[in-house]
Amino acid sequence: MGDPFSTDITHSVVAGMGGIRTAGDLVLRMQLTHKMKINEAKKYVADKLGVTLMELRDVVTMTEIRTELGLGTVEPFDSSNAGMEAKFRISEVTGMKINSVERFKERIGMK
Amino acid sequence: MEGEKTFMSRMGDGSIVYQTAEEIRADILEGVADAASRGKIPPLSADEMEHIFEIVTMKGNIVGVEPGDEVVSTSDSGGYKLSEKCGIPIEKSAEAMVFERAYGCDSVDIGFPDYNYKTVKGIADREAFVMKNALDKTTMPLFYGAMTNLGFYTKPDGPVENWAELLPNGRIDEALAAQEEAVEHAVKDIVYVAEHMYRVGADGMNLDSSGAAGDADFLAALKATEIITKRFPNMGVELGMAGEFVLGMHGKLTYDGVRLAGLYPHKQVKLVEKAGASIFGAVVNTNCSQTFAWNIARVCTFMKACVDAAVIPVHANVGMGVCGMPMCEIIPTDIVCRVDKALVEICKIDGL
Repeated sequence: MGDPFSTDITHSVVAGMGGIRTAGDLVLRMQLTHKMKINEAKKYVADKLGVTLMELRDVVTMTEIRTELGLGTVEPFDSSNAGMEAKFRISEVTGMKINSVERFKERIGMK
Repeated sequence: MEGEKTFMSRMGDGSIVYQTAEEIRADILEGVADAASRGKIPPLSADEMEHIFEIVTMKGNIVGVEPGDEVVSTSDSGGYKLSEKCGIPIEKSAEAMVFERAYGCDSVDIGFPDYNYKTVKGIADREAFVMKNALDKTTMPLFYGAMTNLGFYTKPDGPVENWAELLPNGRIDEALAAQEEAVEHAVKDIVYVAEHMYRVGADGMNLDSSGAAGDADFLAALKATEIITKRFPNMGVELGMAGEFVLGMHGKLTYDGVRLAGLYPHKQVKLVEKAGASIFGAVVNTNCSQTFAWNIARVCTFMKACVDAAVIPVHANVGMGVCGMPMCEIIPTDIVCRVDKALVEICKIDGL
């Protein structure tokens, strides 16, 4: 616990990938679903997206790629995806099975 | 010595302290030796201790990791820090969007302010609805989080006898039986909540502060993890600890043939792997009466041994009062950033 400024925000600034600012969400998904250590998870995601490891943690490169591929960004204007639609695209592009996407498909009769 | 250069640092309770280089180096040596002795693990190397000294004395309010060394984050906050702690009236699924799009977090856990599975059981369908709303609106992975908190299963609020009252009265067998019975209740409740979260699409379950009530508490988390990971595919488990050392409130409980009481992080993680968890949330306690240099040196010694032993990713728990973070509610960021840098660069952790 602790306050959000000194924990969540500071951790993000000092040592974090930045979530959907770069590809932190995708790397964490590989840890969660495939139990990959950090370097293995980063390499998997970088290879899938066709970027270098330094580009994977770069907000400028990754904002362009995420917008282009519809993977969700921190400013989801009308041309960008967010939420469930972004997770559908993440699942397609990276080959990850995402639980919420699978349950969503069941609920709307897609599977 | 008068006139000798000093560096501003902090005690484990967050208060400011000024130390000479010699004092800092002495504290680092002591912290490393304490962890190595208690955990029966290798001490840090001279180079690693020197790196800790550099981090402790580094100029700047904020220091950070080298580009390319960034890690990912999970949390055990319940996703209600803005609403329940800061008093900002905002609904939890909206708060998850703030964590994602304003804070740059890689995930967050949705949870109930009374952060334990026994309480959540009664409102699991309502909590699942919050989770579903959050999942529709966010892109990053979402966990459902709560504590096993075995103490909640004792009378008068729970179904079993209170072992903390039985033990001092010498009623040992009854105290042991009460804890064993509580484990079964807790496992059922955790799995029940997990089932609700799975149905709406949660990415993971966070079993937080495991072992808070001792070895039986840790056993309940391990057993629940085993069931969840087998029964609910595509939903991982992060099992995080309450402290560095599993207290032997029962003393005889085992998992996979290993006695739980007395385990330190590098041995805890092997059982967590066996149970099927995806991520281990390792904890080392912060000592309020010692300096940051002493604490972080001790933390890094334990954490490095844990990461070296682990096959699964290790996320160091870096909330208030653990892993070198000071024991105060509003935490000074000059220490937070040094904790992160040390854990990433010396211990090679997989996440925070």
